Amino acid sequence: MFIVKYIKDVFSGLKSLAVGLRRTLYYFTHHKEIITQQYPDNRETLHLPERFKGEVVMLHDENNEHACTGCTACELACPNATIKIITKFDISPEGKKKKAIDKFVYHLELCTMCNLCIVACPTDAIKMAQTFEHSVYNRADLTKVLNKPGSKIREGVE
Amino acid sequence: MVEEIGRTTEGDVIINVGPQHPATHGVLHLLITINGETIKKVEPHLGFIHRSIEKMCESLSYRQFIYVTSRMDYLSSHINNHACALCLEKGLQIEVPSRAQVIRVLMDELTRIASHELWWGAMAMDLGAFTPFFHAFRERETINDIMEETCGARLTMNYIVPGGVMQDIHPNFQQRVKDFISLYKSKVGEYDELVTGNIIFQNRMKGVGYLSAEDAISFGCTGPTARGSGVTCDIRKLYPYEIYEQLQFDEILETAGDSFARYMVRVREMNQSIRIIEQLIDNIPEGDFQAKTKAVLKLPKGEFYQRVETARGEFGVYIVSEGGTTPYRIKFRSPGFSNLSALDHMARGSKLGDLVAMMGTLDLVIPDIDR
Repeated sequence: MFIVKYIKDVFSGLKSLAVGLRRTLYYFTHHKEIITQQYPDNRETLHLPERFKGEVVMLHDENNEHACTGCTACELACPNATIKIITKFDISPEGKKKKAIDKFVYHLELCTMCNLCIVACPTDAIKMAQTFEHSVYNRADLTKVLNKPGSKIREGVE
Repeated sequence: MVEEIGRTTEGDVIINVGPQHPATHGVLHLLITINGETIKKVEPHLGFIHRSIEKMCESLSYRQFIYVTSRMDYLSSHINNHACALCLEKGLQIEVPSRAQVIRVLMDELTRIASHELWWGAMAMDLGAFTPFFHAFRERETINDIMEETCGARLTMNYIVPGGVMQDIHPNFQQRVKDFISLYKSKVGEYDELVTGNIIFQNRMKGVGYLSAEDAISFGCTGPTARGSGVTCDIRKLYPYEIYEQLQFDEILETAGDSFARYMVRVREMNQSIRIIEQLIDNIPEGDFQAKTKAVLKLPKGEFYQRVETARGEFGVYIVSEGGTTPYRIKFRSPGFSNLSALDHMARGSKLGDLVAMMGTLDLVIPDIDR
């Protein structure tokens, strides 16, 4: 009886291996089901979803105007002190002092893409961009100033 | 007692596995005392990626600390975030809209499938089968794409916030989840053909790493590790949160207690998650995705605890508040830590080659253990 069980075990074992091999051979002969992406050769066709969190950018319109009032809501919402807002005082033609941003400093090297600053922004001045190739040779290159030079706040944004 | 380096007084050899061993899935260091090929003792050494997350959370506000929990058990980051959000909602007494609840549960179950897929691939790879890893990643990638579209990230989403979810679901979400379900159902048979039915795999798993129900309880094992020993411990059934009590699903139990039982629990659990998703995907209620909350959250004075079922077991968040904007103390109960503590008991007396199978079925995620 032991011999019968032994032979049965051998054959059932061989059958299980054959079942697995059949699946392997199926994929060996069906090249159409290849799912790998040929990155970085497919850069032109590679589209990331619009919600993808790559890095924080500030939106500027065609007049080089942004919507950031310098309220520091994003700076307070950030868990890693990624954002530092340096403000200045603009003097309007009527002689009034008005607070405005001088520099919106963003430390990409500290950012964890948690999206809390975007949610906190009351004027939708910043958003997440879909870039993801962030490697640079110099660490200082990752510290960015997000407001473009010469830009100013859009009219009507409070 | 160590008499000389690498040898005990009894003449047994001490060897190191890790902290850079690929089979440990991370920086886990095991000091193993062996006599010939028989294991006499396994000592896990922790601390290689300790980031003091609990202490870090004390300096972060209640909105900010949630993202840190994604970095603990990174394979079920959604469920960790969910636990924190639930704990805060308990303290602040926020009513979560039903739409947000359904979205949260859907995301939790998708995460659970993604986590088990990766475990399944890595498990087979530990035992020497290389291709199952790619088969598992084919399905997992579909889930990751769904996550990327709705949450904006593939691994550490930070999608669940106190009061609901951060953004509404993407318009394509329902269709893509349905596509995933049909893809999964057409491919799940391959898992059994390739790995589960394989005689070599079965012989390496059956009877290896036996853990009795009593031991599983006394070591504090939870999740599939304990359910493989026949211990009822699914938090979704025992202490239902969100909408789990309205859903039809089974708690998977195996009684054998060996590595193969733990393997089968996880494989069968994926089908239950699919069942939950199928019930919910066409019935997402209309309404808000987020309740109205104050900009700065202040938890009332007191202690709050919430537990959820992650892919690895029971995850608990314990917050002590003194009424301020930051927590006084936060404690996380992570499932991996308790599950790892049973490894020494399991491994004693077995062969060194079987240790990999045992570690694989414990589904260890080292950042979760170390925090």
